[in-house]
Amino acid sequence: MHESLLIYRNMRYLKVAVALVTVTGLLYALHSPVENPNGGTWLGYTLGTLSASIMGWLAWYGVRKRSFGGPSIRMEDWASAHVYLGIALVIVSTFHSGFQFGVNVHTLLYFLMLIVVFSGVAGLYFYMRFPRLLSENRRGLTTDMMLGQIAELDSELSAYAVTLDDATAKAVFNAVHNTEIGGNLLSQLTVDNPNCPTLLARKFVERSDGSHDEATRRKLLTRLSKKEGLLRRIRQDTKLRCLLQLWLYVHVPFTFATLAALVTHVVVVFYYW
Amino acid sequence: MAERLKVAIVGSGPAGLSAAAHAAKLGMSHVLLERAAHASDTIYKYQKGKFVMATPDILPLRSDLSFRAGRREEILAAWDEGLDFYGTKIRYETDVTKVDKTEDGFSLTVAGGETIEAENVILSIGLQGNINKMRCDGGDLPLVQYQLDDPDEYEAETVVVIGGGDAAIENAVALSKQNTVIIINRRPEFARAKQGNLTLILNAIEKGDIQCYYEANPVRVEPDGIVLDTPDGEATVKCDRIIARLGASPPRRFVEACGVEFPSDDPGVLPEVSPTYESNVPGLYIVGALAGYPLIKQAMNQGFEVVAYINGDDIAPADEPLLVEKFEAMGDVEVDDVLSSIRQTIPVFSELNPLLLRETMLESQVHAVKQGDVIFARNDYSSTFFTIFIGQVGIQISADDPSLVVKLREGEFFGEMGLISGRRRTATVVAVTDCVVFETPRRTMLKLIQSVDTVKRTLDKTSILRQIQTHLTPGVPAEDLEDLVETAEIQNFKAGEAVFNQGDAGNHMHLIRSGSCTVSTRVGGREVVLSYVPSGNYIGEMALLSDMPRSATVRAANNTETICLSGDAFSTVMNNNLAIRDSIEAKFRARLRQNEQMEARPEAGNIIQFLIEQGVGEGTDVLLIDEALCVHCDNCEKACAETHGGLSRLDREAGPSFAAIHVPTSCRHCQHPHCMADCPPDAIHRAPDGEVFIDDSCIGCGNCVGNCPYSVIQLASPPEEKSNLFSWLLFGNGPAPGEQVSYEADLLANPAKNGPAKEKDAVSKKAVKCDMCKDLTGGAACVNACPTGAAARVSPEEFMSLATLNR
Ligand SMILES: Cc1cc2nc3c(=O)[nH]c(=O)nc-3n(C[C@H](O)[C@H](O)[C@H](O)COP(=O)(O)OP(=O)(O)OC[C@H]3O[C@@H](n4cnc5c(N)ncnc54)[C@H](O)[C@@H]3O)c2cc1C
Ligand code: HEM
Ligand code: HEM
Ligand code: SF4
Ligand code: SF4
Repeated sequence: MHESLLIYRNMRYLKVAVALVTVTGLLYALHSPVENPNGGTWLGYTLGTLSASIMGWLAWYGVRKRSFGGPSIRMEDWASAHVYLGIALVIVSTFHSGFQFGVNVHTLLYFLMLIVVFSGVAGLYFYMRFPRLLSENRRGLTTDMMLGQIAELDSELSAYAVTLDDATAKAVFNAVHNTEIGGNLLSQLTVDNPNCPTLLARKFVERSDGSHDEATRRKLLTRLSKKEGLLRRIRQDTKLRCLLQLWLYVHVPFTFATLAALVTHVVVVFYYW
Repeated sequence: MAERLKVAIVGSGPAGLSAAAHAAKLGMSHVLLERAAHASDTIYKYQKGKFVMATPDILPLRSDLSFRAGRREEILAAWDEGLDFYGTKIRYETDVTKVDKTEDGFSLTVAGGETIEAENVILSIGLQGNINKMRCDGGDLPLVQYQLDDPDEYEAETVVVIGGGDAAIENAVALSKQNTVIIINRRPEFARAKQGNLTLILNAIEKGDIQCYYEANPVRVEPDGIVLDTPDGEATVKCDRIIARLGASPPRRFVEACGVEFPSDDPGVLPEVSPTYESNVPGLYIVGALAGYPLIKQAMNQGFEVVAYINGDDIAPADEPLLVEKFEAMGDVEVDDVLSSIRQTIPVFSELNPLLLRETMLESQVHAVKQGDVIFARNDYSSTFFTIFIGQVGIQISADDPSLVVKLREGEFFGEMGLISGRRRTATVVAVTDCVVFETPRRTMLKLIQSVDTVKRTLDKTSILRQIQTHLTPGVPAEDLEDLVETAEIQNFKAGEAVFNQGDAGNHMHLIRSGSCTVSTRVGGREVVLSYVPSGNYIGEMALLSDMPRSATVRAANNTETICLSGDAFSTVMNNNLAIRDSIEAKFRARLRQNEQMEARPEAGNIIQFLIEQGVGEGTDVLLIDEALCVHCDNCEKACAETHGGLSRLDREAGPSFAAIHVPTSCRHCQHPHCMADCPPDAIHRAPDGEVFIDDSCIGCGNCVGNCPYSVIQLASPPEEKSNLFSWLLFGNGPAPGEQVSYEADLLANPAKNGPAKEKDAVSKKAVKCDMCKDLTGGAACVNACPTGAAARVSPEEFMSLATLNR
């Protein structure tokens, strides 16, 4: 019932991609142009056009993803075909170029395309792996519920802190008020922050043995460690969800760059060749 | 001794008002008694600015007062004006506590002790009932209130909310945004609340937004607070306001005390009245919602008519033209002739009183079907009930061989299985000759089954035989089943109740005819679920065949009805029909194997248990998200919002998860949808493919919102203009596709929270919910839009099968 996009429909789109690559490979092997194989031969033009069509279709994915309620083709079909044809594109376009790389606008196009493809592969990896990690990390709780538990620990910690000596109270209050979740990109991606006030407070209480009675110390420690555990989970959650989107900030802008380079490439070959 | 009036009217809802106005116009001596300080309390309590609908559109209005669809304020003002105009005698703040029959009329006692004498009494007290008040001292102090119209009205107060039900929770949560809220629950947990509300309140308590006293009872109210009896002793809570939401008691007790009889003890049953709305007590009339007519226009018409009848006027009911139109399909016929011939031809309807028969026919559809036409098809999801008035139909009992047909003739009925089980049709029905059939909606039939004994009996007798033939002993002729049917008995089980327990002696077998069950066994002191058995299946054959005690416990997963069959009678049938014996034994062996496998895999059983708790077991089509695939892109929600006027009917993130299966807040399309239970205009239907949807006749009363246990219905204003994808992509114009425009994404929304009368959107909210995208060609938009395959719509049988869970 639930099928990942890699195995979707018995990998129909993998089969399509493999067939495509095989046919182009055969053609390339059999083709013996007068000069070296390159984009200018009849096969070159054919494969170039094919590559450009695949690329256009891949980029259209962004539009299709946002038009709802239309034809009955499921988005998963698109996604599954997208990843397999995206990878096939590397091979097809390489055959198109006849391995003629240099320092020019054509190779720039190729290079940009590779960035899109590799970011796509990275994204795919995230898509395949992170959801399960997320689910395991949450263990049925939602972010809100975790935040709720932290809030409760915080209010208990505050209640203890007022009964403590100044230095400890300061550390605990610091943990209650200055612990941050999320924030800028870097902190969204960090799970273990050595300067986290909660961590510091726990270490402080651990070190400061003797200054207050054992019972209070234990209460503080259990709550601080519990909070640390929850913080870890929330930060892990934040990190994974952030990564699930972050790669798209490479994938999509470079798609536009690649499309621009493609237009340039075509213009260049027609007018200046 | 006060003068004796011709008529006393109790309750000034639309029915009572209309009656009083007509009495005034006729110059009949009358009085209209109203408990509240204003007329028509039910409508007065609608949300401010609510747009009141005048459904059903085709029904003409017959009243001296005017009524047109419009805002609540306009309607109430027009009625007040009308009352003045006719010089109606209305007494406010007059609560009638007793109606006694005297020799030549009635004596009505009102709160305070005064009595009023009248020849006739019209009861038009509606169904809202009496709001339960606090019984402790000080329950009437000014800081106590029993209703909350607009939670946003209060700010920075300390408010104590009393009650553990949905209303109390919704009020407490809404108030906690701007106030300090303390909730008092008599019980140790919020057991009566809906799942969504339960999550809300527990979260709020956990976060410290709301403070809760469990197992606490009010001892007395003081001018500035309340004293509670708690498990830790007495506690005093100072507060500015106390809101007590203790529910309402239905008006039935009062009505019974007036001498009116109810046909049965079912909670929904209505008192029986004659065609002139007279009850079994001569001179005591019942009209309006209390008589089973839950809409304003119907109530007003009846108010008018009942006074006309009391006056001795002979008028045809206002719905006459509607029936004429209905019966047009049969050619040129007289309504009365048709009605009396229905009574003679169709045994199920033979004992309906004329009013009920009219009502049933009004709500039914008349189909003139041509020979060979299909009336409904196997696997359709409809749950209407058909009776044959003229002609013959054929039931194709075999899916493989359409020529295997059982013929039914005039007066017989069909379609009762879909009605009872809420599942797909089990056969295709075609017209054998040209015929006229009546199609009666599920709601009307349920009302009849509850209130007319013959309907229930006739239906049960035939349906038991048909169900046994369909699901248990296909091919065995009815004669051979006589003993079995004779000894069969219908049994009801509440969700969670055991049908039988492991270790019991097993001399019965059950055929599940509605609902579903789980089979479980005790392993190391814990109950492990082995399988889920939907309706249309039998259980309990193992003990019969093996002659051993029950090897497992069977529990109702949701409210369930079974046909309990005697073991001896069934053994006889099996011994005479070896094919049946073989097929039952084959099933028995398959189940044994399955149980073994399941015992080895308790996780699968736990998943079934979890899904049952989430209401998946009573659903027909449920959205489940595989957490191992979901990337939290919310494209499903965006697709839903985009295809449904900007408001998503599903909340992906909300809802519980277990073993990486997530049940989002989204409609389960229940077999017996709770939401349908009391929808005044009967606007909630089930389409042939199973989707439960709400049509345009919704009046926005919010009953369904409260009745759905899974909190998936919202009240929303009509959609705003859609954005254009390209103008958004290119110029950033308008909202992004799928962004919620008209409304906050708030699936746990409820009337109390939507209540704040923001003048703009308070106009005409209607209930909205998932309709499974029945109007789109491509199927459910949420599933279609999911790029990862995480979102899937499943039916419980499929999903809770061993094969799926074993993957
Ligand atoms: C939120 C909501 C929205 C609705 N919207 C619509 C709509 O848009 N269109 C529509 O057609 N219908 C609507 N309905 C249904 C409609 O309100 C009822 O069908 C209608 O009010 C029934 O009228 P009634 O006269 O039978 O009873 P009610 O209107 O309930 O009137 C009963 C009256 O009797 C009084 N009373 C009760 N007991 C006593 C007593 N012992 N002594 C003295 N007085 C007593 C009560 O105070 C009340 O004023 C809605 C219902 C609700 C709850
Ligand atoms: C995804 C799409 C494409 C990619 C990645 C791509 C890439 C390349 C590369 C790397 C080369 C080798 C450049 C070199 O010889 O120095 C090349 C050559 C060429 N391409 Fe493309 N190309 C694409 C589409 C097209 C299209 C659509 C056309 C024409 C319709 C085209 C026409 C040519 C021609 C004529 C050459 C030969 C130029 C030369 O030999 O200098 N290409 N392409
Ligand atoms: C030149 C090649 C490619 C182009 C132009 C391209 C373009 C795009 C675009 C425009 C999107 C839409 C992003 C959004 O709006 O959310 C997208 C999404 C995506 N792409 Fe690519 N892509 C390419 C190759 C690949 C490859 C090779 C892979 C993986 C192997 C890949 C994996 C994905 C994935 C997983 C998504 C996200 C799907 C989703 O969340 O709906 N792409 N791509
Ligand atoms: S569309 Fe699919 S992947 Fe995206 S949030 Fe919804 S269920 Fe998850
Ligand atoms: S809206 Fe109706 S059908 Fe849907 S889950 Fe709620 S009760 Fe069931």
